[in-house]
Amino acid sequence: MPLLVFVVIVFGVPMLVLLGGTFTKEGAFSTANLTESLQGAYLTALLGSVKISALVAVLGGVLGTFLAQAVVTSRFRTLREAVLTASGVLANFGGVPLAFAWIATLGNSGVVTTTLGLGQHGWSLYNFWGLTLVYLYFSIPLQVLTVVPALDGLRPQWREAAQNNGASTWQFWRYVGIPVLTPALLGGVVLLFGGAFSAYATAQAMVGSTVPLVTLKIADALTGNVLIGHENVALALSLDMIVVAGLVMAVYLPLQRRSARWLR
Amino acid sequence: MASLTPQVTTQVATGTAPARGGRPRRPRVWRGVVLVLAAVYFLVPLIASFVFTVEVPNQGFSLDAYGQIFSAEGFGGSLLLSLGLGVATIVLVLLLTLPAAVAVRLGAPRLRPVLEVVCTLPLVVPPITFVAGISTVLRWGPDYLATTPLYQTMIAVQNPDFPVVLVLAYVVLALPFAYRSLDAGLGAIDVRTLSEAARNLGASWPHVLLRVIIPNMRSAMASASFLTLALVLGEFTIARLLSFETFPNWIYRISGSQAQVSVAVSVFSLLITWLLLLALSSAGARQRSGS
Repeated sequence: MPLLVFVVIVFGVPMLVLLGGTFTKEGAFSTANLTESLQGAYLTALLGSVKISALVAVLGGVLGTFLAQAVVTSRFRTLREAVLTASGVLANFGGVPLAFAWIATLGNSGVVTTTLGLGQHGWSLYNFWGLTLVYLYFSIPLQVLTVVPALDGLRPQWREAAQNNGASTWQFWRYVGIPVLTPALLGGVVLLFGGAFSAYATAQAMVGSTVPLVTLKIADALTGNVLIGHENVALALSLDMIVVAGLVMAVYLPLQRRSARWLR
Repeated sequence: MASLTPQVTTQVATGTAPARGGRPRRPRVWRGVVLVLAAVYFLVPLIASFVFTVEVPNQGFSLDAYGQIFSAEGFGGSLLLSLGLGVATIVLVLLLTLPAAVAVRLGAPRLRPVLEVVCTLPLVVPPITFVAGISTVLRWGPDYLATTPLYQTMIAVQNPDFPVVLVLAYVVLALPFAYRSLDAGLGAIDVRTLSEAARNLGASWPHVLLRVIIPNMRSAMASASFLTLALVLGEFTIARLLSFETFPNWIYRISGSQAQVSVAVSVFSLLITWLLLLALSSAGARQRSGS
Protein backbone atom coordinates (compact mmCIF):
# COMPACT_ATOMS: atom_id res chain seq x y z
CA MET A 1 0.00 0.00 0.00
CA PRO A 2 1.81 3.13 -1.18
CA LEU A 3 -0.53 5.23 0.94
CA LEU A 4 0.67 3.71 4.19
CA VAL A 5 4.31 4.08 3.18
CA PHE A 6 3.70 7.71 2.31
CA VAL A 7 2.00 8.46 5.62
CA VAL A 8 4.73 6.73 7.59
CA ILE A 9 7.43 8.82 5.91
CA VAL A 10 5.75 12.20 5.67
CA PHE A 11 3.70 12.07 8.83
CA GLY A 12 5.44 9.50 10.99
CA VAL A 13 8.96 10.89 10.77
CA PRO A 14 8.06 14.43 11.90
CA MET A 15 6.03 12.99 14.74
CA LEU A 16 8.90 10.78 15.89
CA VAL A 17 11.27 13.73 15.69
CA LEU A 18 8.79 15.74 17.71
CA LEU A 19 8.68 13.07 20.35
CA GLY A 20 12.45 12.70 20.35
CA GLY A 21 13.08 16.44 20.45
CA THR A 22 10.73 16.86 23.38
CA PHE A 23 12.78 14.57 25.54
CA THR A 24 16.19 15.83 24.45
CA LYS A 25 18.00 18.75 25.97
CA GLU A 26 21.60 19.53 25.08
CA GLY A 27 22.00 16.10 23.59
CA ALA A 28 20.85 14.07 26.55
CA PHE A 29 17.59 12.55 27.61
CA SER A 30 15.61 14.90 29.81
CA THR A 31 12.09 15.86 30.69
CA ALA A 32 13.11 19.48 31.29
CA ASN A 33 11.40 20.69 28.10
CA LEU A 34 8.16 19.08 29.06
CA THR A 35 8.29 20.54 32.56
CA GLU A 36 9.10 23.96 31.17
CA SER A 37 6.21 23.77 28.74
CA LEU A 38 3.85 23.26 31.68
CA GLN A 39 5.00 26.29 33.62
CA GLY A 40 4.56 30.05 33.66
CA ALA A 41 3.56 31.77 30.42
CA TYR A 42 3.42 28.48 28.54
CA LEU A 43 0.94 27.01 30.99
CA THR A 44 -1.15 30.20 30.78
CA ALA A 45 -1.19 29.87 27.00
CA LEU A 46 -2.17 26.22 27.12
CA LEU A 47 -4.95 26.92 29.60
CA GLY A 48 -6.04 29.93 27.54
CA SER A 49 -6.36 27.70 24.47
CA VAL A 50 -8.31 25.08 26.38
CA LYS A 51 -10.59 27.74 27.86
CA ILE A 52 -11.46 29.46 24.59
CA SER A 53 -11.90 26.14 22.81
CA ALA A 54 -14.22 24.82 25.49
CA LEU A 55 -16.26 28.02 25.46
CA VAL A 56 -16.51 28.03 21.67
CA ALA A 57 -17.40 24.34 21.65
CA VAL A 58 -20.22 24.67 24.18
CA LEU A 59 -21.65 27.94 22.84
CA GLY A 60 -21.28 26.82 19.24
CA GLY A 61 -22.79 23.46 20.07
CA VAL A 62 -25.88 24.93 21.71
CA LEU A 63 -26.45 27.75 19.22
CA GLY A 64 -25.73 25.51 16.24
CA THR A 65 -28.23 22.95 17.47
CA PHE A 66 -30.95 25.57 17.83
CA LEU A 67 -30.26 26.84 14.33
CA ALA A 68 -30.27 23.30 12.95
CA GLN A 69 -33.58 22.53 14.67
CA ALA A 70 -35.10 25.75 13.30
CA VAL A 71 -34.00 24.77 9.81
CA VAL A 72 -35.04 21.12 10.04
CA THR A 73 -38.55 21.86 11.27
CA SER A 74 -39.05 24.51 8.62
CA ARG A 75 -41.27 23.49 5.74
CA PHE A 76 -39.30 25.42 3.18
CA ARG A 77 -36.85 23.34 1.21
CA THR A 78 -35.13 26.37 -0.29
CA LEU A 79 -34.39 27.79 3.16
CA ARG A 80 -33.00 24.45 4.24
CA GLU A 81 -30.85 24.08 1.14
CA ALA A 82 -29.63 27.65 1.44
CA VAL A 83 -28.66 27.26 5.10
CA LEU A 84 -26.92 23.95 4.51
CA THR A 85 -24.93 25.24 1.54
CA ALA A 86 -24.04 28.39 3.44
CA SER A 87 -22.94 26.25 6.40
CA GLY A 88 -20.73 24.21 4.12
CA VAL A 89 -18.99 27.33 2.91
CA LEU A 90 -18.79 29.14 6.23
CA ALA A 91 -17.53 26.10 8.13
CA ASN A 92 -14.49 26.22 5.85
CA PHE A 93 -14.20 29.99 6.06
CA GLY A 94 -11.34 30.10 8.50
CA GLY A 95 -7.92 31.51 8.52
CA VAL A 96 -6.75 34.91 7.44
CA PRO A 97 -9.76 36.05 5.36
CA LEU A 98 -12.07 35.39 8.31
CA ALA A 99 -9.97 37.54 10.60
CA PHE A 100 -9.92 40.37 8.07
CA ALA A 101 -13.66 40.23 7.49
CA TRP A 102 -14.20 40.69 11.22
CA ILE A 103 -11.58 43.39 11.54
CA ALA A 104 -13.37 45.28 8.78
CA THR A 105 -16.63 44.84 10.67
CA LEU A 106 -15.86 45.27 14.35
CA GLY A 107 -12.19 46.19 14.46
CA ASN A 108 -11.03 49.61 15.63
CA SER A 109 -11.93 51.28 12.32
CA GLY A 110 -14.48 48.66 11.29
CA VAL A 111 -17.72 49.62 9.61
CA VAL A 112 -20.03 48.64 12.46
CA THR A 113 -17.70 50.05 15.11
CA THR A 114 -17.56 53.48 13.51
CA THR A 115 -21.23 53.57 12.52
CA LEU A 116 -22.45 52.77 16.01
CA GLY A 117 -19.64 54.61 17.78
CA LEU A 118 -18.71 51.49 19.75
CA GLY A 119 -15.15 52.72 20.14
CA GLN A 120 -16.17 55.25 22.78
CA HIS A 121 -17.80 52.55 24.88
CA GLY A 122 -14.54 50.68 25.22
CA TRP A 123 -15.29 48.07 22.62
CA SER A 124 -12.38 46.03 21.37
CA LEU A 125 -12.37 43.01 19.12
CA TYR A 126 -8.84 42.09 20.01
CA ASN A 127 -9.40 40.21 23.23
CA PHE A 128 -10.65 36.88 24.51
CA TRP A 129 -14.33 37.58 23.86
CA GLY A 130 -13.71 39.07 20.45
CA LEU A 131 -11.80 35.98 19.44
CA THR A 132 -14.62 33.81 20.76
CA LEU A 133 -17.09 35.76 18.65
CA VAL A 134 -14.97 35.21 15.56
CA TYR A 135 -14.36 31.51 16.23
CA LEU A 136 -18.10 30.98 16.55
CA TYR A 137 -18.43 32.19 12.97
CA PHE A 138 -17.05 28.94 11.61
CA SER A 139 -18.05 26.76 14.59
CA ILE A 140 -21.82 27.25 14.45
CA PRO A 141 -22.05 26.21 10.78
CA LEU A 142 -19.94 23.15 11.55
CA GLN A 143 -22.30 22.17 14.34
CA VAL A 144 -25.28 22.67 12.01
CA LEU A 145 -23.69 20.32 9.50
CA THR A 146 -23.01 17.69 12.17
CA VAL A 147 -26.40 17.83 13.84
CA VAL A 148 -28.80 18.14 10.90
CA PRO A 149 -28.50 14.45 9.91
CA ALA A 150 -29.19 13.46 13.51
CA LEU A 151 -32.22 15.74 13.74
CA ASP A 152 -33.48 14.31 10.48
CA GLY A 153 -33.17 10.89 12.08
CA LEU A 154 -35.56 11.80 14.89
CA ARG A 155 -38.62 10.06 13.63
CA PRO A 156 -41.96 11.85 13.81
CA GLN A 157 -43.43 8.55 15.04
CA TRP A 158 -41.45 8.87 18.28
CA ARG A 159 -42.93 12.27 18.95
CA GLU A 160 -46.44 11.01 18.10
CA ALA A 161 -45.97 8.01 20.36
CA ALA A 162 -44.83 10.27 23.18
CA GLN A 163 -47.78 12.60 22.64
CA ASN A 164 -50.22 9.68 22.59
CA ASN A 165 -48.82 8.63 25.92
CA GLY A 166 -49.54 12.09 27.25
CA ALA A 167 -46.02 13.54 27.22
CA SER A 168 -45.57 17.29 27.00
CA THR A 169 -43.09 18.87 24.59
CA TRP A 170 -40.62 19.28 27.42
CA GLN A 171 -41.01 15.65 28.46
CA PHE A 172 -40.52 14.51 24.89
CA TRP A 173 -37.20 16.35 24.64
CA ARG A 174 -36.12 15.40 28.16
CA TYR A 175 -36.74 11.65 27.84
CA VAL A 176 -36.63 10.91 24.09
CA GLY A 177 -35.11 13.66 21.98
CA ILE A 178 -32.05 14.67 23.97
CA PRO A 179 -30.96 11.12 24.91
CA VAL A 180 -31.12 9.99 21.28
CA LEU A 181 -29.29 13.09 20.10
CA THR A 182 -26.65 13.20 22.85
CA PRO A 183 -23.93 11.31 20.96
CA ALA A 184 -24.36 13.45 17.85
CA LEU A 185 -24.42 16.65 19.90
CA LEU A 186 -21.34 15.75 21.89
CA GLY A 187 -19.60 14.59 18.75
CA GLY A 188 -20.21 17.99 17.23
CA VAL A 189 -18.97 19.74 20.36
CA VAL A 190 -15.76 17.70 20.23
CA LEU A 191 -15.20 18.67 16.61
CA LEU A 192 -15.68 22.34 17.47
CA PHE A 193 -13.24 22.02 20.33
CA GLY A 194 -10.64 20.53 18.02
CA GLY A 195 -11.20 23.23 15.42
CA ALA A 196 -10.86 26.10 17.87
CA PHE A 197 -7.95 24.46 19.67
CA SER A 198 -5.79 24.10 16.59
CA ALA A 199 -6.75 27.43 15.00
CA TYR A 200 -3.71 29.56 14.38
CA ALA A 201 -4.18 31.70 11.29
CA THR A 202 -7.21 33.60 12.56
CA ALA A 203 -5.64 34.30 15.92
CA GLN A 204 -2.32 35.37 14.42
CA ALA A 205 -3.95 37.73 11.93
CA MET A 206 -6.32 39.15 14.51
CA VAL A 207 -4.86 39.43 17.95
CA GLY A 208 -1.15 38.83 17.40
CA SER A 209 -0.11 37.90 20.90
CA THR A 210 -2.49 39.86 23.13
CA VAL A 211 -4.49 36.72 23.89
CA PRO A 212 -2.29 33.91 25.21
CA LEU A 213 -2.83 30.86 23.01
CA VAL A 214 -0.68 27.81 22.74
CA THR A 215 -0.58 27.86 18.93
CA LEU A 216 0.82 31.39 18.98
CA LYS A 217 3.45 30.37 21.53
CA ILE A 218 4.55 27.42 19.39
CA ALA A 219 4.84 29.65 16.34
CA ASP A 220 6.84 32.18 18.35
CA ALA A 221 9.22 29.53 19.58
CA LEU A 222 9.60 27.98 16.11
CA THR A 223 10.48 31.28 14.49
CA GLY A 224 13.35 31.66 16.92
CA ASN A 225 11.68 33.93 19.43
CA VAL A 226 13.04 32.05 22.48
CA LEU A 227 16.16 31.87 24.58
CA ILE A 228 19.07 29.87 23.21
CA GLY A 229 18.83 26.26 24.27
CA HIS A 230 15.08 26.35 24.66
CA GLU A 231 14.16 25.63 21.04
CA ASN A 232 12.76 22.26 21.95
CA VAL A 233 10.11 23.84 24.14
CA ALA A 234 8.10 24.33 20.96
CA LEU A 235 8.20 20.59 20.45
CA ALA A 236 7.18 19.92 24.02
CA LEU A 237 4.27 22.35 23.68
CA SER A 238 3.26 20.58 20.49
CA LEU A 239 3.27 17.30 22.35
CA ASP A 240 1.05 18.83 25.05
CA MET A 241 -1.37 19.92 22.33
CA ILE A 242 -1.44 16.49 20.73
CA VAL A 243 -2.16 14.90 24.09
CA VAL A 244 -5.09 17.25 24.75
CA ALA A 245 -6.46 16.87 21.23
CA GLY A 246 -5.98 13.11 21.38
CA LEU A 247 -7.87 12.84 24.66
CA VAL A 248 -10.75 14.84 23.25
CA MET A 249 -10.84 12.77 20.07
CA ALA A 250 -10.80 9.59 22.13
CA VAL A 251 -14.17 10.72 23.49
CA TYR A 252 -15.49 11.39 20.01
CA LEU A 253 -14.98 8.06 18.26
CA PRO A 254 -17.02 5.81 20.59
CA LEU A 255 -19.76 8.46 20.65
CA GLN A 256 -19.98 8.40 16.90
CA ARG A 257 -20.40 4.65 16.91
CA ARG A 258 -23.17 4.89 19.48
CA SER A 259 -25.18 7.48 17.59
CA ALA A 260 -24.92 5.42 14.42
CA ARG A 261 -26.95 2.69 16.12
CA TRP A 262 -30.14 4.75 16.46
CA LEU A 263 -29.87 7.05 13.52
CA ARG A 264 -30.17 4.98 10.41
CA MET B 1 -27.46 36.57 -0.08
CA ALA B 2 -28.26 40.08 1.07
CA SER B 3 -31.96 39.46 0.46
CA LEU B 4 -32.09 36.55 2.88
CA THR B 5 -33.14 38.48 5.98
CA PRO B 6 -36.49 39.81 4.71
CA GLN B 7 -37.13 36.50 2.97
CA VAL B 8 -36.64 34.59 6.17
CA THR B 9 -39.02 36.74 8.15
CA THR B 10 -41.81 36.50 5.60
CA GLN B 11 -41.39 32.77 5.30
CA VAL B 12 -41.61 32.32 9.00
CA ALA B 13 -44.61 34.59 9.28
CA THR B 14 -46.59 32.61 6.72
CA GLY B 15 -45.38 29.17 7.76
CA THR B 16 -47.38 26.87 9.97
CA ALA B 17 -45.68 24.55 12.39
CA PRO B 18 -46.36 20.93 11.52
CA ALA B 19 -47.23 18.25 14.06
CA ARG B 20 -47.71 20.65 16.94
CA GLY B 21 -51.43 20.06 17.41
CA GLY B 22 -53.14 22.86 19.24
CA ARG B 23 -50.19 25.19 19.82
CA PRO B 24 -48.76 26.37 16.54
CA ARG B 25 -47.79 29.86 17.73
CA ARG B 26 -44.88 29.40 20.11
CA PRO B 27 -42.56 27.29 17.95
CA ARG B 28 -43.17 29.64 15.06
CA VAL B 29 -41.94 32.56 17.14
CA TRP B 30 -38.73 30.95 18.42
CA ARG B 31 -37.88 29.63 15.02
CA GLY B 32 -38.25 33.12 13.56
CA VAL B 33 -36.10 34.62 16.31
CA VAL B 34 -33.36 32.01 15.83
CA LEU B 35 -33.29 32.42 12.08
CA VAL B 36 -33.24 36.20 12.20
CA LEU B 37 -30.47 36.26 14.79
CA ALA B 38 -28.45 33.78 12.75
CA ALA B 39 -28.99 35.79 9.59
CA VAL B 40 -27.81 38.97 11.34
CA TYR B 41 -24.74 37.28 12.83
CA PHE B 42 -23.68 35.63 9.59
CA LEU B 43 -24.56 38.36 7.12
CA VAL B 44 -23.39 41.49 8.93
CA PRO B 45 -19.64 40.70 8.68
CA LEU B 46 -20.00 39.87 4.99
CA ILE B 47 -21.91 43.05 4.21
CA ALA B 48 -19.68 45.15 6.45
CA SER B 49 -16.54 43.81 4.79
CA PHE B 50 -17.95 44.68 1.42
CA VAL B 51 -18.88 48.18 2.58
CA PHE B 52 -15.40 48.54 4.04
CA THR B 53 -13.83 47.79 0.68
CA VAL B 54 -16.00 50.06 -1.46
CA GLU B 55 -16.20 53.10 0.78
CA VAL B 56 -13.23 55.40 0.46
CA PRO B 57 -13.16 58.17 3.11
CA ASN B 58 -14.38 61.49 1.64
CA GLN B 59 -14.97 59.95 -1.76
CA GLY B 60 -17.94 57.68 -1.38
CA PHE B 61 -18.50 54.56 -3.41
CA SER B 62 -15.58 53.15 -5.34
CA LEU B 63 -14.51 49.73 -6.57
CA ASP B 64 -10.86 50.75 -6.68
CA ALA B 65 -9.80 48.25 -4.03
CA TYR B 66 -10.92 45.39 -6.26
CA GLY B 67 -9.03 46.82 -9.19
CA GLN B 68 -5.91 47.16 -7.08
CA ILE B 69 -5.99 43.46 -6.21
CA PHE B 70 -4.78 42.50 -9.65
CA SER B 71 -2.08 45.12 -9.89
CA ALA B 72 -0.78 44.57 -6.35
CA GLU B 73 2.77 43.30 -6.16
CA GLY B 74 2.97 39.58 -5.48
CA PHE B 75 -0.67 38.80 -6.22
CA GLY B 76 -0.18 36.78 -9.39
CA GLY B 77 2.87 34.92 -8.13
CA SER B 78 1.38 33.85 -4.83
CA LEU B 79 -1.96 32.88 -6.34
CA LEU B 80 -0.26 30.83 -9.05
CA LEU B 81 1.91 29.16 -6.44
CA SER B 82 -1.12 28.25 -4.35
CA LEU B 83 -3.03 26.97 -7.38
CA GLY B 84 -0.04 24.92 -8.51
CA LEU B 85 0.33 23.44 -5.05
CA GLY B 86 -3.39 22.72 -5.05
CA VAL B 87 -3.30 20.84 -8.33
CA ALA B 88 -0.23 18.84 -7.34
CA THR B 89 -1.83 17.98 -4.00
CA ILE B 90 -5.07 16.88 -5.65
CA VAL B 91 -3.26 14.61 -8.10
CA LEU B 92 -1.12 13.04 -5.41
CA VAL B 93 -3.93 12.61 -2.88
CA LEU B 94 -6.20 10.96 -5.45
CA LEU B 95 -3.41 8.70 -6.71
CA LEU B 96 -2.74 7.55 -3.17
CA THR B 97 -6.24 7.38 -1.76
CA LEU B 98 -8.32 5.94 -4.58
CA PRO B 99 -6.37 2.66 -5.02
CA ALA B 100 -6.21 2.29 -1.24
CA ALA B 101 -9.96 2.82 -0.81
CA VAL B 102 -10.75 0.36 -3.63
CA ALA B 103 -8.29 -2.20 -2.29
CA VAL B 104 -9.79 -2.00 1.17
CA ARG B 105 -13.26 -2.67 -0.23
CA LEU B 106 -12.26 -5.53 -2.52
CA GLY B 107 -9.15 -7.31 -1.38
CA ALA B 108 -8.20 -6.51 2.17
CA PRO B 109 -11.15 -5.55 4.34
CA ARG B 110 -9.02 -6.32 7.38
CA LEU B 111 -6.86 -3.32 6.62
CA ARG B 112 -9.87 -1.05 6.82
CA PRO B 113 -9.50 -0.07 10.49
CA VAL B 114 -5.84 0.69 9.86
CA LEU B 115 -6.76 2.98 7.01
CA GLU B 116 -9.46 4.67 9.06
CA VAL B 117 -7.04 5.38 11.89
CA VAL B 118 -4.41 6.65 9.45
CA CYS B 119 -6.98 8.95 7.90
CA THR B 120 -8.16 10.27 11.27
CA LEU B 121 -4.71 11.04 12.66
CA PRO B 122 -4.24 14.28 10.74
CA LEU B 123 -7.46 15.51 12.35
CA VAL B 124 -6.19 14.75 15.84
CA VAL B 125 -2.78 16.31 15.32
CA PRO B 126 -3.09 20.10 14.96
CA PRO B 127 -1.29 21.45 11.86
CA ILE B 128 0.97 23.60 13.98
CA THR B 129 2.42 20.60 15.77
CA PHE B 130 2.85 18.87 12.43
CA VAL B 131 4.83 21.81 11.13
CA ALA B 132 6.89 21.85 14.32
CA GLY B 133 7.97 18.32 13.47
CA ILE B 134 8.60 19.08 9.81
CA SER B 135 10.73 22.15 10.47
CA THR B 136 12.84 20.19 12.93
CA VAL B 137 13.43 17.49 10.33
CA LEU B 138 14.35 20.09 7.73
CA ARG B 139 16.74 21.79 10.13
CA TRP B 140 18.60 18.50 10.47
CA GLY B 141 19.62 18.77 6.85
CA PRO B 142 22.63 21.06 7.23
CA ASP B 143 23.58 19.53 10.59
CA TYR B 144 23.74 15.82 9.94
CA LEU B 145 23.21 15.04 6.30
CA ALA B 146 25.39 17.58 4.52
CA THR B 147 27.59 14.92 2.93
CA THR B 148 24.88 12.46 1.86
CA PRO B 149 22.73 12.55 -1.29
CA LEU B 150 19.69 12.91 0.97
CA TYR B 151 20.78 16.47 1.60
CA GLN B 152 20.30 17.36 -2.07
CA THR B 153 16.79 15.96 -1.87
CA MET B 154 16.05 18.11 1.14
CA ILE B 155 17.26 21.22 -0.65
CA ALA B 156 15.21 20.36 -3.73
CA VAL B 157 12.14 19.75 -1.60
CA GLN B 158 12.38 23.29 -0.21
CA ASN B 159 12.78 25.04 -3.55
CA PRO B 160 10.94 28.36 -3.03
CA ASP B 161 9.64 28.35 -6.60
CA PHE B 162 7.71 25.18 -5.97
CA PRO B 163 8.04 23.84 -2.42
CA VAL B 164 7.39 20.12 -2.70
CA VAL B 165 7.49 19.88 1.07
CA LEU B 166 4.21 21.84 1.19
CA VAL B 167 2.61 19.43 -1.25
CA LEU B 168 3.64 16.51 0.96
CA ALA B 169 2.30 18.20 4.08
CA TYR B 170 -0.96 19.18 2.37
CA VAL B 171 -1.52 15.63 1.15
CA VAL B 172 -1.43 14.52 4.78
CA LEU B 173 -3.85 17.27 5.80
CA ALA B 174 -6.20 16.45 2.92
CA LEU B 175 -6.22 12.69 3.52
CA PRO B 176 -9.18 12.59 5.93
CA PHE B 177 -11.44 14.63 3.67
CA ALA B 178 -10.39 12.90 0.47
CA TYR B 179 -10.71 9.43 1.97
CA ARG B 180 -14.15 10.11 3.40
CA SER B 181 -15.64 11.46 0.22
CA LEU B 182 -14.08 8.71 -1.90
CA ASP B 183 -15.23 6.04 0.53
CA ALA B 184 -18.77 7.45 0.47
CA GLY B 185 -18.62 7.43 -3.33
CA LEU B 186 -17.49 3.81 -3.37
CA GLY B 187 -20.25 2.91 -0.94
CA ALA B 188 -22.84 4.28 -3.37
CA ILE B 189 -21.80 1.95 -6.20
CA ASP B 190 -21.48 -1.83 -6.12
CA VAL B 191 -17.72 -2.01 -6.58
CA ARG B 192 -17.49 -5.76 -6.21
CA THR B 193 -20.12 -6.64 -8.84
CA LEU B 194 -18.81 -4.01 -11.23
CA SER B 195 -15.22 -5.08 -10.99
CA GLU B 196 -16.02 -8.81 -11.14
CA ALA B 197 -18.16 -8.28 -14.21
CA ALA B 198 -15.37 -6.30 -15.85
CA ARG B 199 -12.78 -8.94 -14.92
CA ASN B 200 -15.00 -11.72 -16.34
CA LEU B 201 -15.16 -9.80 -19.59
CA GLY B 202 -11.39 -9.83 -19.72
CA ALA B 203 -10.46 -6.39 -18.43
CA SER B 204 -7.14 -5.96 -16.66
CA TRP B 205 -6.98 -4.35 -13.21
CA PRO B 206 -5.76 -0.94 -14.42
CA HIS B 207 -8.47 -1.10 -17.03
CA VAL B 208 -11.12 -1.80 -14.38
CA LEU B 209 -9.92 1.11 -12.30
CA LEU B 210 -9.67 3.57 -15.18
CA ARG B 211 -12.66 2.63 -17.30
CA VAL B 212 -15.16 1.22 -14.79
CA ILE B 213 -14.60 2.58 -11.32
CA ILE B 214 -13.35 6.09 -11.98
CA PRO B 215 -16.21 7.06 -14.34
CA ASN B 216 -18.64 5.98 -11.63
CA MET B 217 -16.82 8.02 -9.04
CA ARG B 218 -16.79 11.35 -10.83
CA SER B 219 -18.81 13.31 -8.31
CA ALA B 220 -17.01 11.83 -5.31
CA MET B 221 -13.67 12.63 -6.90
CA ALA B 222 -14.86 16.12 -7.72
CA SER B 223 -15.86 16.76 -4.12
CA ALA B 224 -12.58 15.31 -2.83
CA SER B 225 -10.69 17.57 -5.24
CA PHE B 226 -12.71 20.59 -4.27
CA LEU B 227 -12.18 20.08 -0.55
CA THR B 228 -8.47 19.63 -1.16
CA LEU B 229 -8.26 22.75 -3.29
CA ALA B 230 -10.13 24.81 -0.70
CA LEU B 231 -7.80 23.50 2.00
CA VAL B 232 -4.64 24.33 0.05
CA LEU B 233 -5.83 27.77 -1.01
CA GLY B 234 -6.67 28.70 2.56
CA GLU B 235 -3.76 27.05 4.37
CA PHE B 236 -1.71 29.53 6.33
CA THR B 237 -0.05 27.85 9.28
CA ILE B 238 2.37 25.50 7.56
CA ALA B 239 3.29 27.85 4.72
CA ARG B 240 3.94 30.71 7.10
CA LEU B 241 6.08 28.77 9.53
CA LEU B 242 8.15 27.31 6.71
CA SER B 243 8.29 30.84 5.16
CA PHE B 244 6.84 30.22 1.72
CA GLU B 245 4.72 32.98 0.28
CA THR B 246 1.47 31.28 -0.67
CA PHE B 247 -1.74 33.18 -1.29
CA PRO B 248 -2.93 33.51 2.35
CA ASN B 249 0.54 34.59 3.39
CA TRP B 250 0.48 37.25 0.74
CA ILE B 251 -2.86 38.55 2.03
CA TYR B 252 -1.41 38.66 5.51
CA ARG B 253 1.70 40.53 4.37
CA ILE B 254 -0.13 43.24 2.44
CA SER B 255 -2.67 43.78 5.23
CA GLY B 256 -0.18 46.02 7.00
CA SER B 257 0.12 48.51 4.17
CA GLN B 258 -3.10 48.05 2.20
CA ALA B 259 -5.90 47.14 4.59
CA GLN B 260 -8.65 47.73 2.07
CA VAL B 261 -7.07 45.53 -0.57
CA SER B 262 -6.55 42.70 1.88
CA VAL B 263 -10.21 42.77 2.94
CA ALA B 264 -11.22 42.95 -0.72
CA VAL B 265 -9.18 39.83 -1.43
CA SER B 266 -10.83 38.11 1.53
CA VAL B 267 -14.31 38.90 0.24
CA PHE B 268 -13.25 37.87 -3.23
CA SER B 269 -11.87 34.51 -2.11
CA LEU B 270 -15.03 33.79 -0.13
CA LEU B 271 -17.14 34.50 -3.22
CA ILE B 272 -15.03 32.15 -5.32
CA THR B 273 -15.32 29.38 -2.73
CA TRP B 274 -19.04 29.92 -2.64
CA LEU B 275 -19.41 29.70 -6.41
CA LEU B 276 -17.28 26.55 -6.58
CA LEU B 277 -19.33 24.87 -3.89
CA LEU B 278 -22.63 25.84 -5.50
CA ALA B 279 -21.43 24.51 -8.85
CA LEU B 280 -20.34 21.30 -7.16
CA SER B 281 -23.59 20.73 -5.28
CA SER B 282 -25.76 21.49 -8.31
CA ALA B 283 -23.65 19.11 -10.41
CA GLY B 284 -24.13 16.44 -7.74
CA ALA B 285 -27.88 17.05 -7.67
CA ARG B 286 -28.12 16.75 -11.45
CA GLN B 287 -26.27 13.46 -11.42
CA ARG B 288 -28.50 12.09 -8.69
CA SER B 289 -31.69 13.02 -10.55
CA GLY B 290 -30.26 11.61 -13.79
CA SER B 291 -29.49 8.14 -12.50
